[in-house]
Amino acid sequence: MTVVSPSSTGSASSQSTQSLKPTVFWRIAADIPQSLKWALMALSVLVPLLLWWGLSSTGWVDAKFLPTPGMVVNALVVLWQDGYLLGDTLSSFLRVSGGFMLAALVAIPLGIGMGAFASVRSLLEPLVGIVRYMPAPAFIPLLIIYLGLGEEPKVALIFIGTVFFNTLMIMDAVKFVPKELIETTYTLGGDRRQVLLQVITPYVIPSIFDTLRVNMAASWNLVIVAELVAADSGLGKRIAISQKFFQTDDIFACLIVLGLIGFMLDLSLQAAMRMTCKWAVK
Amino acid sequence: MLITSAVRSTHYPANMHLEVAQLHKQFDTPQGPLIALQDINLHVETGEFVCAVGASGSGKSTLLRLVAGLEMPTTGEITVDGQPVIGPGIDRGMVFQSYTLYPWMTVQENVEFGLKLQGIAARQRREEASRYLDVVGLAQFARSLPKELSGGMKQRVAIARALANHPKILLMDEPFGALDVQTKETMQEFLLELWARLGISILMITHDVSEAVFLSERIYVMSARPGTIQREVNIDLGRDRAYAIRRTPEFYHHCETIMDLLRGTATAPLPA
Repeated sequence: MTVVSPSSTGSASSQSTQSLKPTVFWRIAADIPQSLKWALMALSVLVPLLLWWGLSSTGWVDAKFLPTPGMVVNALVVLWQDGYLLGDTLSSFLRVSGGFMLAALVAIPLGIGMGAFASVRSLLEPLVGIVRYMPAPAFIPLLIIYLGLGEEPKVALIFIGTVFFNTLMIMDAVKFVPKELIETTYTLGGDRRQVLLQVITPYVIPSIFDTLRVNMAASWNLVIVAELVAADSGLGKRIAISQKFFQTDDIFACLIVLGLIGFMLDLSLQAAMRMTCKWAVK
Repeated sequence: MLITSAVRSTHYPANMHLEVAQLHKQFDTPQGPLIALQDINLHVETGEFVCAVGASGSGKSTLLRLVAGLEMPTTGEITVDGQPVIGPGIDRGMVFQSYTLYPWMTVQENVEFGLKLQGIAARQRREEASRYLDVVGLAQFARSLPKELSGGMKQRVAIARALANHPKILLMDEPFGALDVQTKETMQEFLLELWARLGISILMITHDVSEAVFLSERIYVMSARPGTIQREVNIDLGRDRAYAIRRTPEFYHHCETIMDLLRGTATAPLPA
């Protein structure tokens, strides 16, 4: 079959001029070279750092408003030596852990139940759907009235702020369990309880990890809000105190600590997922 | 890969009788009622390999789901050894077209799972699963995860898992439909060999006419919308079949007559 008509050669050449141009940077849904990847990742941290250093060290911006990196490192050292850094970080961390774990403890079974049973979903989805649009910080005054100024209102705020999103995200994950996997279990002699505990639950564990990662970030948001309002310790409290005394270097130090803690918690949740769910890792 | 006659006699019942009588299945859709199956009568006897072939829309998958107990008939009855089917049960093993291995379990754990669900002790189910992994030739993959297996191997594990439960009948819904042609042919020969050695009864659904002729002793040819059985065809090619049988005139003849029935162009009645 070597018959080539003039018209077909014509269309072939015009096709080649219209074909997709190759690219490295703008590849969609495809990998880029490892070296480029690492270079870009380094830039993502170095460029803002350089900008900050440039703006503050040259005196373009008053160091009172934008402290230099050196001042912030100094503030970190001083906060550490005074024991504030460890104490405040620990306070915030414990509040986050408490609220976050309580929320997970409620949301995981509830989300699986709502995902698996249309009946449970009908019963709870309208309620959850409305309550989750009530901004959690709006509950702070009520929580203070009900629970006082101790740890309870802060833990409760984190709980309220994450439990509904947790539940709905886990519920959605359950919808992706293949129907055939459930039906196979029935034909193998499984009952509904076994399907729920031994098929649906293990299937959604990787999604639960993803959900927890998202809500970990929300928990840190909320603990800072709670501490800014009323607390005697915590990174949010430290930021509030620093504002009073115009110590922007301390505020920057706290922000950096918050970013690093969140980043490390996220990495450890990812690592935990990779270790426990080898089957779900690509 | 040798299965003892002891396994065969203790694990698969000497007698099995599946009966589908006057079966109707209707689905209620937003566009109104849809008759999926109408007036279906069929049976499978001990150690038989029976296929139902039909185009898409013939309700053949619905038929198998009804036999499996995953759907309930609108009217009519399905019985296994006289017992009406009222839901899924371990007497009817099922192999789906899509890969239905539990992705977080190893191959061994997958095959054991049916026995685990029934509360059989760990040691016993390990032995049993190992035996069936041997039968399907995958003993060396016992510790692999499903994602490490090829499509054909996944289906072998699914078959081993269904067999480890000692069902009275194995139901297969286009089990090789997602495989490439070469793998499909290998799997067909594998299944024939397995069937001959174990003496298990099989009811399989497929749209592939040559697959049905190659594998089965009897074929129910279905027509579409509504799904009915238009003809029952005996495939008298003997039990001991090899690939070469596909090149015989008898094989062609069976394929052609069934193709004609499916096209709705059958003119002469089939030879008995």
